[in-house]
Amino acid sequence: MATAAEIAEHAKAQDIRSRWLLSAPALLIIFFAAIGPLFVMVVYSVMAKGEFGDVKFGQFSSDGWFNVLFERDIFDDTLSLADANLVVLWRSIQLSLITTVATLLLGFPTAYFISTRPEDKRELWLFLITIPFWTNILIRTFAMQEVIRNEGIINSVLMGLHLVDSPVQIMFTDWATLFGMIYVFFPLMVLPIYASMEKLDFRLVEAGYDLYATRFRVLWRVIIPLVKPGIVAGSILVFIPALGSYVVPNVLGGGKHMMLGNLIALQFSKGQNWPLGAALSITLMVFVTLALIVYVRNASKAGGGHGR
Amino acid sequence: MSVAKNAIDVRGVSKIFTSAKGDSFKALDNVSVSIRENEFFTLLGPSGCGKTTLLRLIAGFEFPNEGQILLHGEDIAVLPPYKRPVNTVFQSYALFPHMTVAQNIGFGLEMLGRPKAEIAARVAEMLKLVRMDELADRRTSQISGGQQQRVALARALAPKPKVLLLDEPLSALDYKLRKDMQIELKRMQAETGITFIFVTHDQEEALTMSDRIAVMNKGRILQVGSPHDIYGKPTDRFVANFIGETNFLRATPAGAKNGLMKLSLAAGGTLEAPLPEGSLPSGDVTVVVRPENATLAPERKGMLSGVVENVVYFGTDTHVHLKLDDGTPFIVRQQNASSATTAAVKGKRFGLSIAPETPRVLKD
Repeated sequence: MATAAEIAEHAKAQDIRSRWLLSAPALLIIFFAAIGPLFVMVVYSVMAKGEFGDVKFGQFSSDGWFNVLFERDIFDDTLSLADANLVVLWRSIQLSLITTVATLLLGFPTAYFISTRPEDKRELWLFLITIPFWTNILIRTFAMQEVIRNEGIINSVLMGLHLVDSPVQIMFTDWATLFGMIYVFFPLMVLPIYASMEKLDFRLVEAGYDLYATRFRVLWRVIIPLVKPGIVAGSILVFIPALGSYVVPNVLGGGKHMMLGNLIALQFSKGQNWPLGAALSITLMVFVTLALIVYVRNASKAGGGHGR
Repeated sequence: MSVAKNAIDVRGVSKIFTSAKGDSFKALDNVSVSIRENEFFTLLGPSGCGKTTLLRLIAGFEFPNEGQILLHGEDIAVLPPYKRPVNTVFQSYALFPHMTVAQNIGFGLEMLGRPKAEIAARVAEMLKLVRMDELADRRTSQISGGQQQRVALARALAPKPKVLLLDEPLSALDYKLRKDMQIELKRMQAETGITFIFVTHDQEEALTMSDRIAVMNKGRILQVGSPHDIYGKPTDRFVANFIGETNFLRATPAGAKNGLMKLSLAAGGTLEAPLPEGSLPSGDVTVVVRPENATLAPERKGMLSGVVENVVYFGTDTHVHLKLDDGTPFIVRQQNASSATTAAVKGKRFGLSIAPETPRVLKD
């Protein structure tokens, strides 16, 4: 006869087994969808590049990583800093940061506006915000092109009002990329902020006013600290995909105003330099991870552990 | 004693809310009331009577459609809440969850731009007043409901407002805690010397705490007076009915002398009641008799009498429910301590003797 301890031991073992079994699908997905491709990328980045793309397996080479920062002159073999890559990297960070700040400045009032509407009207506003989401990003970006190109809506209006004599060049500049990104990422900022704002107890806002806080100070001392989780989530959701943008800079920025996403894509297509592409991708990932760690740490510190 | 100055004068204030569908609702209808300096003043009424709206108008969260709100003689009706030296204790407490107890209490003073040392001293003083010294650095989510209530009070009192508004602050507390807080609130009002305007739907709370009470219904103030006056001398059917238990009797006036009015009751018998203010009412009137002012007596001819329908035991006293001869229900309250109580038995007939001068003739 089994003693109580034996039965408990048996139940524990069974419990552990079923736990592994239940988490198996998730572990498989993590392995094949996340760790696997990452491993492939790391391997590719340290192989020699093939003649027409791909890599030469078994031939290790540090060229991929080397080329992230430096370039070797094809005639005299002298080394120089790969300033083209750095320019693209810098532009990517800059545009992504500006996009994050701009969507925050636009998205916060929008989220506030929606959450202060009567309950039955809020869904309509959210619906309007999310409609563009259902349209393919390529279509949306070409639509944006219709707005900002030289013969587009903005320039037609400006010319029609005789505010300018010749069309203002917006297409194929960093401005075009920026406008496009703000437009595309706007809902990703609004939705998480709205989710936080909706939970905000507006009696706290009244309490702020009652205790001699002006509108601005209520915003700064009461509303923003309380919707901070939404602001953090929105900023992450905008900044990270913005850094890896491909379609928007490709269509609106043109070839000269690449961002990292385009540079990476280029290595796998016309550049035929897969190790460099893989190395650049990993570089981007490391940047994003570092930025995330710093941001989330600071945000939770400043938030004073609210919600814990 | 000098003439008491008014802390708040509400003059002819009306407030109309319009819904998105265009329906309008008159929350306050031409309300006028004066609240004296250093008074514990209660707005009492059922939910939807406009008491909270009146409080929100004084706080500045809503603005009146008509009328004036004077604070020490100065019209504040159009000022935003942060420009009014008036603070509120919210029904839900509305403590800032991202701040500690001490930060909550100091918030108002900080917004007023007071020096740090002064804020710290005042916060310590307030923590002591509400007996929360040890919990200064706790988060508001880490303290009990009763403690949150105290913090809300301390936060509202810290900036030394001219008037403190309390919006049903005790309704979320359990019975025992509520009783304690009623006494605490009275103590704080006395200690701080600040005018308290207290909103409640609990008549017992209003009677025990207030210096004066305004009874409200359907956006109007029906009667303003001391708890004693409101309970003992109601002038309005709603007031008489809302506060305490009441017997209503229909009567016809039959002359007056020495400030007393003779009434012949529809249920039989006669009654003498103090003359209501103003002219003698013509036509039939309603007389109010409190259950404790009537006693059971052996029936005599020409006396108001009825049959016992039910006897309800309450511990301290017993309620005897009778049916009068014309079918009107009537309740008599007997103190159980008294040895002289007449044993009420269901189905037995009794005469009713009513203490002189206690019946009130209503205005309608």
